[in-house]
Amino acid sequence: MIAIEDLSKRWPGADRAAVEGVSLTVPEGTSCALIGPSGSGKTTVLRMVNRLVEPSSGAIRIGGEDALRMDAVTLRRRIGYVIQEVGLFPHWSVADNVATVPRLLRWDAARVTRRVEEVLALVGLDPARFATRRPHQLSGGERQRIGVARALAGDPPVLLMDEPFGAVDPVQRGKLQEEVLRLLRQLRKTVLLVTHDVAEAVRLGDAVALLRDGRLVQHAPAAEVLARPADGFAAEFLGADRVLLRLSLFPLEAVPARPEPAPGPPLPEGATLRDALAALLDTGRSAAPLPGGGSLALADLLAFAGTPNPPAG
Amino acid sequence: MEWLSAHPGLFLEAVGDHLLLSLTGLAIGVALALPLGILVAHRPRLAEAAIILAGVLRTVPSLAVLAALLPLLGVGFTPSVIALALLALPPVLVNTVIGIQGADRAALDAARGLGMTGWQRAFRVELPLAAPLIFAGLRVAAVQVVSAAALATFIGGGGLGDLVTQGLALLDTGRMLVGAIAIALLALGTEALLGMLERHLAARVRGA
Ligand SMILES: Nc1ncnc2c1ncn2[C@@H]1O[C@H](COP(=O)(O)OP(=O)(O)OP(=O)(O)O)[C@@H](O)[C@H]1O
Ligand SMILES: [Mg+2]
Repeated sequence: MIAIEDLSKRWPGADRAAVEGVSLTVPEGTSCALIGPSGSGKTTVLRMVNRLVEPSSGAIRIGGEDALRMDAVTLRRRIGYVIQEVGLFPHWSVADNVATVPRLLRWDAARVTRRVEEVLALVGLDPARFATRRPHQLSGGERQRIGVARALAGDPPVLLMDEPFGAVDPVQRGKLQEEVLRLLRQLRKTVLLVTHDVAEAVRLGDAVALLRDGRLVQHAPAAEVLARPADGFAAEFLGADRVLLRLSLFPLEAVPARPEPAPGPPLPEGATLRDALAALLDTGRSAAPLPGGGSLALADLLAFAGTPNPPAG
Repeated sequence: MEWLSAHPGLFLEAVGDHLLLSLTGLAIGVALALPLGILVAHRPRLAEAAIILAGVLRTVPSLAVLAALLPLLGVGFTPSVIALALLALPPVLVNTVIGIQGADRAALDAARGLGMTGWQRAFRVELPLAAPLIFAGLRVAAVQVVSAAALATFIGGGGLGDLVTQGLALLDTGRMLVGAIAIALLALGTEALLGMLERHLAARVRGA
């Protein structure tokens, strides 16, 4: 668990605080996405958690321990950290990069080797092909995967990610998001993630925390934030397509199925409500068959999209 | 060449003296410049001051350094070595500072974020990343020192320069030429050898 209480940071010489009175809890095994415009203090909040930035005031507890009273180096070895620019060590092989934290923790060589292979496989890279390569021999997407693997290698309970997929094209980005999502679900890490992409935030974050000028505007589950932005700024920042984004968070089962059949090909297994809406708009029909029988009606879908507080999905 | 076949012992002795003079001077220069560079690299004001100082030191001609040291330290091996060390200092110092300042910021940030201590960061990341530039400074310094060691003869430091001055004094062209050519070859050889090592090192660190 990450618990931040009344956290503030005032940079020397700045006329206003970069972060002011932010309180935020990320429950064990869940993820929280920090979003907000450029300069709103996202990175500063993140870097205070592993003490790369010392807070001016406030408290941070990690797994119940007071992070501000711990030795900063010890603290950081227990927290996985992925930075936007990836920051692989160019003079080391992929395996050495991934082994950084295990070696700092003085694991024995055999255990380090095993862990490196395990973590590389976890991020979808074949250890046999990649372990001995150097960072300059990797594509941008592969580099970001290694960055994630390096952060996971010491098996930290807490993970901090600052724009982890910033440097890749949209297609790669989508793929990486999907894989990291699978990984986070599988490993049950507690994750604080920074992004300024709303779609990425609601996809990867169980909860979303919106910052503006260093203050917390809203902190709630992703679907809730999309359904009910706290104010005009939040609504504008989340964008006019937030309704669509919200639909993409729900499976077909979130809308009660109708028993009667509908014409046309059935919606694919695992589709979201947004996919269903797209299919309905595409075919011009008022209902689409569900993969498991029955049908999904456009009217029901619209009703769902219009209710800020849908039945639990 | 006749002179060479007639006095191989003298020649080898001069080469030996020359190398000893150069290596000692270079070693002392590097031993001063490297820690100094590491020390000031993270302090912008001091780093700037160090680079300016190095620039000043660099523009003083080698002969002037020798001459300036003469009244202070007298003649012989020691003042020659000190003069050569002063010559070796600027390029190594400047390149150490620039190399450390130019080390990949993101890699250093990651090193800190992953829990390396200051020392671990310096020795595992910062210095290896700065190594190609530091080595380039070393190459420049070595070539300068090997050439300038020829001037040590003026303050009785010995080396190949002796052959040139003796040749001039005795009107012995052979002796003079052997000395001059040997100095030139030594400088060229240093440049070639260290240049090769430098490319090798850069490829290892940055990947090429
Ligand atoms: N080291 C620093 N020294 C002084 N001011 C800083 C420092 N780092 C950040 N700031 C200031 O703090 C404020 C918040 O910066 P921060 O990097 O946290 O924003 P951000 O939300 O991460 O922005 P972005 O989306 O552009 O990355 C900015 O006004 C920035 O100029
Ligand atoms: Mg940022």
